[in-house]
Amino acid sequence: MKMIINTELCQGHNRCYALAPDLVDIDDLGYASHKGDGTVPPGREEAARLAADNCPEEAITIIED
Amino acid sequence: MAHTEPVEDWCRDYDIFDPGYIRDPFPIWDRLRDECPIAHSDRWGGSWLPTRYSDIHAIAHDPTRFSSDEITVAPLEGGPADGVKAPPITSDPPEHTWARRLILPAFAPRAVEAYRDYTVALCGELIDGFIDRGRADAASDYAQQIPPRVIAHLLGVPPEMSDEFTEWVRGVLELGLTDPDIRMKYRAILMDFLWAQVNDRKANPRDDLITRLLQSEVDGQPVPDTHVVGTCNLILIAGIDTTWSSIGAALWHLARNPSDRARLVADPGLIPTAVEELLRAYSPVTMARVVTADTEVNGCPMKKGDRVLMSFPAANRDPEVFPDADRVVIDRARNRHVAFGVGIHRCAGSNLARMEMQIALETWLDRIPEFELADPESVTWAGGQVRGPRECEVVFR
Repeated sequence: MKMIINTELCQGHNRCYALAPDLVDIDDLGYASHKGDGTVPPGREEAARLAADNCPEEAITIIED
Repeated sequence: MAHTEPVEDWCRDYDIFDPGYIRDPFPIWDRLRDECPIAHSDRWGGSWLPTRYSDIHAIAHDPTRFSSDEITVAPLEGGPADGVKAPPITSDPPEHTWARRLILPAFAPRAVEAYRDYTVALCGELIDGFIDRGRADAASDYAQQIPPRVIAHLLGVPPEMSDEFTEWVRGVLELGLTDPDIRMKYRAILMDFLWAQVNDRKANPRDDLITRLLQSEVDGQPVPDTHVVGTCNLILIAGIDTTWSSIGAALWHLARNPSDRARLVADPGLIPTAVEELLRAYSPVTMARVVTADTEVNGCPMKKGDRVLMSFPAANRDPEVFPDADRVVIDRARNRHVAFGVGIHRCAGSNLARMEMQIALETWLDRIPEFELADPESVTWAGGQVRGPRECEVVFR
């Protein structure tokens, strides 16, 4: 699974960071990007789905394997 | 609260200062969402009121057609005479882009962590002050006391000033909305204070936010003093009433719902999830937008200069988006609420507000796990721009 954050859409709500801090990088302004190539480690799939489903900007896409 | 004529037709003549609307707006939004769904009223300067999540989401993402030039729900005649606004919340792009970048670093998750220990100690001290009495006003003795002190700490001004801050902010944002004299009086007090702070930092730079704003540059030019005063105006006003209302509404809910309370006491790890649900269900803030050119929203014709009230609280109760929208589901896991707005004007202080709210509830529930309303009839609410309880006496058990 991959979790991809569209940085053009991110407005810095930080909901994803609160729910899946290990999958998200936050810059000094508070905007989010996915770590690495967005690959979700085994066992963290639900956290990634929650991050996507709580983003008010709908900026996060989940790509299932 | 100003006298308001009773409302007979909410779809064509709503009144956001109607006492019934302030106390219990939820059934009114449900009806408007089904029947209207974008209401109109000539009261208080005239405005449109969208009530569906999808319409509010779309308008918030269209700053070209919907300007933030005037954001108060009841417009100030002629606007501020001194040219000081509240950037970036009152800015449109392109000013908005740099004005927002100036303040975001102070409110990013890492930066906000620096205020955590202060907030924990503050909440503990407040409870020390009333726990032996066996009762307290959850709104005025607790919720109201937290944000002004955190904001004073952040701005680098004395925490003893927090009672005055609260009075000024209520004067501008609550009582002043329907009474221009009160509004102008407190605005003048606030401006005098902020200009004095800015002039002081220019003479005596310190390690605080006001100094950092004054030392910032945009395109190689220093940020104008008027802009810095305006941004401090925003931080003070937007950071106090709002967060206090959210904390108060959360405690009001928990006082009335023993099962939700017991669940959070047994499992404090659920508090961050509960905070999001309480923010959704009791969102405090409505902002306005101004239509920039004749347009149409969901079949509704709007004229240039019309004002639109962005009822994020109504959006968050939309059953199209939230199952059981009118029920607080304390462990609601999927919650795309817009209590902090959405789009380019997402509340810059949202990380700080969430931190304050989580700590306020954690600390209260740890020390006072059992409490209930002293008298449900005695709870009072403020509303209009910011909705929240103003008197909420609870007894501890």
